[in-house]
Amino acid sequence: MSPETLAQVSNYAVASATVVIALAFLAHMAEWGFARKVDQPVEEEATVTVGAGAPAARQSTAAADDDAPSRPDLLSSVGVSLTGLGTVLLLVGFVVRGFAADRVPWGNMYEFGIGGAAFALVVYLVLVRVQAIQWLGGIVTGFALVVLGMAMSTYVPAGPLVPALHSYWLVIHVAAVMLAGAFFLVGAASSLLFLIRHRAEERGTVGGLLSRFPHSAVMDQIAYRTNAVAFPLWTFGALIAGSIWAHYAWGRYWGWDPKEVWAFITWVVYAGYLHARATRGWKGRRAAIIALVGFLTFLFSYYGVNLFGSGLHSYAT
Amino acid sequence: MSSREREGGPAPALGSREFGRWIWRQLTSMRTALLLLLLLAIAAVPGSVVPQRGVDARAVEAYMTRNPTLSPWLDRFGFFDVYTSPWFSAIYLLLMVSLIGCILPRTRVYLKALRARPPKAPKRLERLPASATFTVDASPAEVASAARDVLRGPRFLPARVDVVEDGDSSEVRVEKGYLRELGNLVFHVSIVLVLIGVAGGALFGYRGAAIVTQGSGFANVLTQYDEFASGALFDPDDLPPFSLQLDEVQARFWTDGPQRGAPRLFRAAGTVETEPGADPQPFEIRVNQPLGVDGTSVFLVGQGYAPVLRVTDPEGNVVFDDAVPFLPQDGTYTSNGVVQVPDAEPQQLGFQGFFLPTAVVGEDEDASVSIFPGAVNPIIGLFAFEGDLGLDDGTPQSVFILDKTNLTQILDEDGENFRISLSPGQEAELPNGATIEFADLRLFARFQVASTPLVELPLVAISVGILGLVLSLVVRPRRTWVRSRRGSAGTVVEVAALDRVPRDDLPDDLDDLLERLADALGVPASVTRSEHEENDQS
Ligand code: HEM
Repeated sequence: MSPETLAQVSNYAVASATVVIALAFLAHMAEWGFARKVDQPVEEEATVTVGAGAPAARQSTAAADDDAPSRPDLLSSVGVSLTGLGTVLLLVGFVVRGFAADRVPWGNMYEFGIGGAAFALVVYLVLVRVQAIQWLGGIVTGFALVVLGMAMSTYVPAGPLVPALHSYWLVIHVAAVMLAGAFFLVGAASSLLFLIRHRAEERGTVGGLLSRFPHSAVMDQIAYRTNAVAFPLWTFGALIAGSIWAHYAWGRYWGWDPKEVWAFITWVVYAGYLHARATRGWKGRRAAIIALVGFLTFLFSYYGVNLFGSGLHSYAT
Repeated sequence: MSSREREGGPAPALGSREFGRWIWRQLTSMRTALLLLLLLAIAAVPGSVVPQRGVDARAVEAYMTRNPTLSPWLDRFGFFDVYTSPWFSAIYLLLMVSLIGCILPRTRVYLKALRARPPKAPKRLERLPASATFTVDASPAEVASAARDVLRGPRFLPARVDVVEDGDSSEVRVEKGYLRELGNLVFHVSIVLVLIGVAGGALFGYRGAAIVTQGSGFANVLTQYDEFASGALFDPDDLPPFSLQLDEVQARFWTDGPQRGAPRLFRAAGTVETEPGADPQPFEIRVNQPLGVDGTSVFLVGQGYAPVLRVTDPEGNVVFDDAVPFLPQDGTYTSNGVVQVPDAEPQQLGFQGFFLPTAVVGEDEDASVSIFPGAVNPIIGLFAFEGDLGLDDGTPQSVFILDKTNLTQILDEDGENFRISLSPGQEAELPNGATIEFADLRLFARFQVASTPLVELPLVAISVGILGLVLSLVVRPRRTWVRSRRGSAGTVVEVAALDRVPRDDLPDDLDDLLERLADALGVPASVTRSEHEENDQS
């Protein structure tokens, strides 16, 4: 197949992946919609217990028959399987794009977009199996849609790389950055939900919707785990691999170029997050806020700097 | 639970020594470390918003001309040199002091803990986050030896186990996860080493840029650099005395396909003499593949066109015959350049204009543009000036700027600016009788010569640091106790575990431990689980 047809196949795969992920997103929104309509369901900590000894099931007890999965659960599993299908399609599009351009498919903003989304979805799906985090489905699929939309807007035909990007350190640098970004996304999403649910728990206003999510302590633990995995990845990917590539390409491993500055800022904020989790008075709420700030700095270092940064990274040279 | 922070509360009227110790304890507290880290992140932001001299000096000048009122203030507060400014340096130096002040005591504590034995079991085990009790027939000694086998841990990472037995009771104390603290200390030490490596590299290193045209040479001496920056402790005569002869420069671009015009290959080749008189060896430099010459590296960071121009002055003698680098301004290599001809008589001559590698005539006749970076239809367009170039009034002249203070533009018959437009081989005659010929077209390479001594230190330090970091995030320190006492109905066994770093799977680990204990004691698993009650985790 000629590169042009390969590129066409890749574009179709990415487009259909986007549609499927949009359906998955709708499924999760419907899941939340139905969960919200249920009035005050039983909660583990809820003071009112329904009958002595009745298992404090997380699902709402209002469902007629107890063995058939409740509608929100059904929608949640539909969402997850659709996400799975969408991810496979996106991976196909991503890999075929690589063949079309006859190189690793991360050399421009379009490819960073679809690659970043693919990494994020794969990591999410792995963690769904390992840590059952399908309650994050809504946020992750929503975020992936935004990323894919932006990628489409910066579409560039598949072509070879400019010489400066011919380096296996680039391959390692970008792969590690995308992988770290995927974990940062899960970490930030669970920190955000932790804050919402933590506040509701303190006020005792955990409604039908919030009962779809695990206890805030569980979300905080998952946020810590994923950010703790991402931090060494980011240290290696953004700081080490990036600097080694810069050393070979521009003769200096660190030059405070805007992209390097924001990689550094992201690193420092997440170091602060890991510190906050071990500092009295900063655990929990404040640490979660730092994780969100960290994620914003990561997004800015991934996107913002390229769009209006003037540095060496803006692929103008 | 009194912690360091609370004792360090608002200090009453203390003597200067206590006050000093209080300040030191505050500085090296986790809270201060956290605040300094967040402050460092915020302080780094301006450096990406405002152009930095270290990154792109020309962009700073352009910024200054664009906002003349704001710039002096920005400059005074170091916003054009954020990362070497006093306030930024103060933050990271304070952070380093706090880091060292925090590591030293923790290292001492760690070294002491290395030799310490696992602590005695607390009196009331059932108050621990995860505990269980059960009764078996086996004697306390048998329970102790079973517990030891189960809790010993893998051979490569053995836990520390103590068994205390007296008559009808026994206590097994187990502690594992020492590598966590070690990993954490290694990571923090590595940060200090990285900083030392980076600072050392900056102080003793240098970075210079030089344009070398095809066919000419470059000697590694200060005067041959167009731009040169070096650390405070750099000594110019440490420059390694190599010189290179540039025979060939290649700049190839994609001629078809979606990326038409995008760069495809940049390569510079020739011979290098590591020191005067050494026999020249061939070298080849490509983007991402620098040339290493004893500690210094030569990088190819740019390239462009250098038309060879031959100028005769009005009196007919050749006063200039050399390749003149024209600096590319965009992807299609539209380039600007200047020719300074100081030896021309009676007046010095200057030319300024552009070079187009593939010129195409635009709609209005004179504004032709370059549509492709390869030299398919090269055209050079110049304006001519005569007078005094101002070269010998002492101020250093950039070879790319024509100082027009006392130069007058040469006009044609009807008073318009005289315009020269030449393709290779053509010659033009100026109204004052001088001639300029576009004799040949060569390429130039823009080299960055850089040496950052100690470059291995930050690299090795951060790599070892990452290993420590991973250890400190993966290894979970845990203490486990198994206490058994001979009672009337058999041996009562109490099992409890304590994680110094909160983990939510402690209850599951305890169940798993109880099952393995049951196997080791040869009793059904239900026995050890029967009276097991789990304290609420949260
Ligand atoms: C550039 C400065 C610093 C950076 C990048 C940094 C980074 C980190 C990171 C990533 C962790 C998490 C790894 C782990 O949990 O073991 C950590 C933990 C820790 N840091 Fe730092 N740190 C810095 C400075 C400091 C300072 C100044 C102190 C002294 C107060 C300090 C004390 C600690 C302690 C005690 C822990 C262990 C927390 C726990 O038990 O989980 N760090 N640091």
